[in-house]
Amino acid sequence: MVGMDSHPEEWARYSPRQRMQRFLIYLFCVAAIVWSLTSINVIWEWVYDAPAQMGDLFGRMVPPDTSNLGKILWVLLETVNIATIATAFAVVVSLPVAYIAAQNTTPNIVTLWIGRVILVSSRSVNTIIWALLFVAIFGPGIIAGILAIMFRSIGFIGKLLGEAIEEIDRRPVEALEATGASRFKVILYAIVPQVMPAFWAVSILRWDINLRESTVLGLVGAGGIGLILQSAIDTFNWQEAASVLLSILLLVVLGEVVAMWLRRQII
Amino acid sequence: MSEHPDSWRKPPMIANPFLRYALLLGILAYGIWAFSMLPIDWERVSQGLTRAQRIFSGAFPPSFQRSGLLIDGFLESLRIAILATVGGVLLSIPIAFMAAKNLAPLPIYLLGRGIIIVARSFHPVIVAIIFVKAVGFGPLAGVLTLIVYSVGFVAKMLAERIEEIDWGQVEALRATGAGYLATLIYAVFPQIMPRQIGLSIYQLDSNLRASAVVGIVGAGGIGSTLANAFGRYDYDFALAITLVIVGAILLSEAISGQIRKRIW
Repeated sequence: MVGMDSHPEEWARYSPRQRMQRFLIYLFCVAAIVWSLTSINVIWEWVYDAPAQMGDLFGRMVPPDTSNLGKILWVLLETVNIATIATAFAVVVSLPVAYIAAQNTTPNIVTLWIGRVILVSSRSVNTIIWALLFVAIFGPGIIAGILAIMFRSIGFIGKLLGEAIEEIDRRPVEALEATGASRFKVILYAIVPQVMPAFWAVSILRWDINLRESTVLGLVGAGGIGLILQSAIDTFNWQEAASVLLSILLLVVLGEVVAMWLRRQII
Repeated sequence: MSEHPDSWRKPPMIANPFLRYALLLGILAYGIWAFSMLPIDWERVSQGLTRAQRIFSGAFPPSFQRSGLLIDGFLESLRIAILATVGGVLLSIPIAFMAAKNLAPLPIYLLGRGIIIVARSFHPVIVAIIFVKAVGFGPLAGVLTLIVYSVGFVAKMLAERIEEIDWGQVEALRATGAGYLATLIYAVFPQIMPRQIGLSIYQLDSNLRASAVVGIVGAGGIGSTLANAFGRYDYDFALAITLVIVGAILLSEAISGQIRKRIW
């Protein structure tokens, strides 16, 4: 915008430099897609065949077989219990972790890093991978499932709770410290009331997620409804698989409704 | 004097004492019941410590000897994630339009919401075993699974964004006599584009993470490599794979976070 020359006759939305940048980004995206498409190990006949195969599969699923419904619902209840117990334990364990992983409450730099390492390692390993490990250790069964969900949840709850602690108002803490309150009382009366809403929100959110995750634990042998689904699929009993899938859908939708209701009640 | 006590107690969270203790009792009863109904084989669990010791002594140090297998598996996961993101994002645009209350008529709105709810409710691993049965083992099942997974998230968020658009621009275009498609392209798309790009990048990151998992049930990628290593008790190789997965997830999370921070 210095002289008259810098006012071009024609209007353009982007400057040449921006256009170049955009072009490079597009080029990069297209190159990535082409690379994936050409090098992926896929038999293309199977791709063309996929819609027919899917149609055939769903055709075999109707009508859903409800003769085993009593057992399915019972195991579904077990699945809910796995999710709930694991969430409860994870919440309890994540409290001290969140406390030492928050910059403003951690005692010293060593504990801060211990807290962060716990959070990162818990969060970046998926529930199913945790389940594989715990099934190898404790044998197939519900304990492995509960531990897997717990270990994954500690990182999630701890991270969000730690962030909530870092955002608290300093003044109540200072006020309590000025009265000579002990460390424990400062936490109880200055920090806890401030993070309470975040605490409930995070716990409910994680419970909702865990409900979903607990439905797949059985596929690696860690208990719950997944076991029944796996055996129905392995025996090509698609009609029973359909009723298991429908009951999972119902459970997840119901869980979401309950979580929404709890959130409105508590927060 | 009695109205001003000397000591102060924190007011309880639930004011009604009856409700408070009933709730506490209820939670306690639920805990006991839930634990007693779970079929737990304590004998097997008690062997856990010695087993854990054996596994961990087998896992350390992690073995990167078969790094060729590791890199192949990882590249396959990356391809699966890229293709699934492209497919899922493309598919989720029409579904998001269907599921936006302000643009779609009621029956189409309900259909769109139904698709989103079904896609969101099933964990990718469940979707993966169904696709593995339908189209066979391998990356194709993984791509299809993650397309469903992407639709569940991207279409939902995008539909919410479409419902929030500034309606004035739509009215302006309609006033000029523009058709339905022209209204979408010139009035709606420019408003949702930034969110759409941010969501796509987030979903790529999310798909990469999920592709490590769906492989465990046979849908290709590094998850298959991991499941094989675990099945053969190659715990040192399994640990190496897990470390690579964790590293890749942290890296992709950082990259996608940086890009999204610049766009939004």
